[in-house]
Amino acid sequence: MSMETASTGITKRIIACLDVTHGRVVKGVQFVDLVDAGDPAELAHLHASSGADEIVLLDITATSDARPILIDVVRRTARQLFVPFTVGGGVRSLEDAAALFDAGADKISINSAAIKSPEIITRIAERFGSQAVIVAVDAKRKPSAEDTVAAEVYLAGGRTATGLDAVAWAREAESRGAGEILLTSMDCDGTRNGFDCGLTAAVATAVSIPVIASGGAGTGRHFVDVFKGGCADAALAASIFHFGIHDVRELKAELQREGIPVRLPC
Amino acid sequence: MITLIDYKAGNLTSVRKAFTFLGQESVVTEDPECVRNAEALVLPGVGHFCTTERLASSGVRDAVLEAISRGTPFLGICVGMQWQFAGSTEAPETKGLALFEGSCERFKTELKVPHVGWNQIRRTAHGQQSRLLRDIPDGSYVYFTHSYRAPVVEGVAAVTDYGETFAASVERENVFGVQFHPEKSGDTGLRILKNFCDYTSERSAR
Repeated sequence: MSMETASTGITKRIIACLDVTHGRVVKGVQFVDLVDAGDPAELAHLHASSGADEIVLLDITATSDARPILIDVVRRTARQLFVPFTVGGGVRSLEDAAALFDAGADKISINSAAIKSPEIITRIAERFGSQAVIVAVDAKRKPSAEDTVAAEVYLAGGRTATGLDAVAWAREAESRGAGEILLTSMDCDGTRNGFDCGLTAAVATAVSIPVIASGGAGTGRHFVDVFKGGCADAALAASIFHFGIHDVRELKAELQREGIPVRLPC
Repeated sequence: MITLIDYKAGNLTSVRKAFTFLGQESVVTEDPECVRNAEALVLPGVGHFCTTERLASSGVRDAVLEAISRGTPFLGICVGMQWQFAGSTEAPETKGLALFEGSCERFKTELKVPHVGWNQIRRTAHGQQSRLLRDIPDGSYVYFTHSYRAPVVEGVAAVTDYGETFAASVERENVFGVQFHPEKSGDTGLRILKNFCDYTSERSAR
């Protein structure tokens, strides 16, 4: 692709997510029914070499088990990973975040702790920069009038309703110093029926920081839809990559054919 | 031996890991004396421009200038490259090294800021002979994350477009800078870091 034809230059990112519990990558449907998908370090390396633009590792039971995230798993995964690496799950304090950066994370993702005490977003951003702080928003649709989007934010890995509106919370997270929003549709997660493009667009157009769409990836078409209709800056998926259903390079080629700028060759 | 300058802001771990992967030994320091005597210097960086204030108060800034004048290879990454300019509107009171003309300013674009993600670099006329970007084809993708950008002035070796055209890389004699994160830019980034290591060992062998 010639540089002159690129209007912004920036590409849409494809992010491979490793949902980890007790040191192993797992995959569930709508946050339950977990099955083993492999070793985090091996899978991270595999995804990066097959063209993923970023790797996210989420310790999905750290918060519900009230235990710290597994630092040694983070360190081992980061060791030979030379693409951006985000870690989340159970980050409760500036000290937790500092330990993860020290172990090799480039960004941390905070969810429950940010809802309970939003000032933690600012504290981590002031120390490590906004680019290092992703606020993860797990949201579930509520009935709403036509042409409007209403979704409620959940915490503790989708276990507890908060009463917060997803768009309003994303805006607040931005104003407190978040560098990106990782938006997961709990309705779509694990279904492989497509992203929630309406919800993604509602959040992506309400904030001026990048929004990563998550939950529901099943086919290349779903990614095309979430980048076009959903206005997403990046899209994240887990299971379709782990089980080799989708090759990231093939996916990117499909996106490129649809006129979506992607990092190719990669 | 590469000396990584620690100023309690940059994410040193990632940069150090990349050098280790390349088989290049590195050491981390915040001691001006170690900086002065280094074989090669790398200033990593993420975050706010004001974090570089610490380099002035600790005496590292003067040590870096002295090392540069003696020909020590010096690579600045992200805020580390911005520091090679006169300053940044992000922290107007904090002085840069003014090795390159002009100051860094926030992106003037309707696009989302920060500029986060993989974008392409292309060499300027000056950059055709770049040692840092040797064997890196125009259009290669590298990873950026920043809200402030450096101007395209003399010494800029490569540029990137994001609503406007800005400096992606600078190079003058033994001074090198990259706005993007080579340690996070896959094989392309590792190649750039290797080029810096090669330049350092060639110079040391002379």
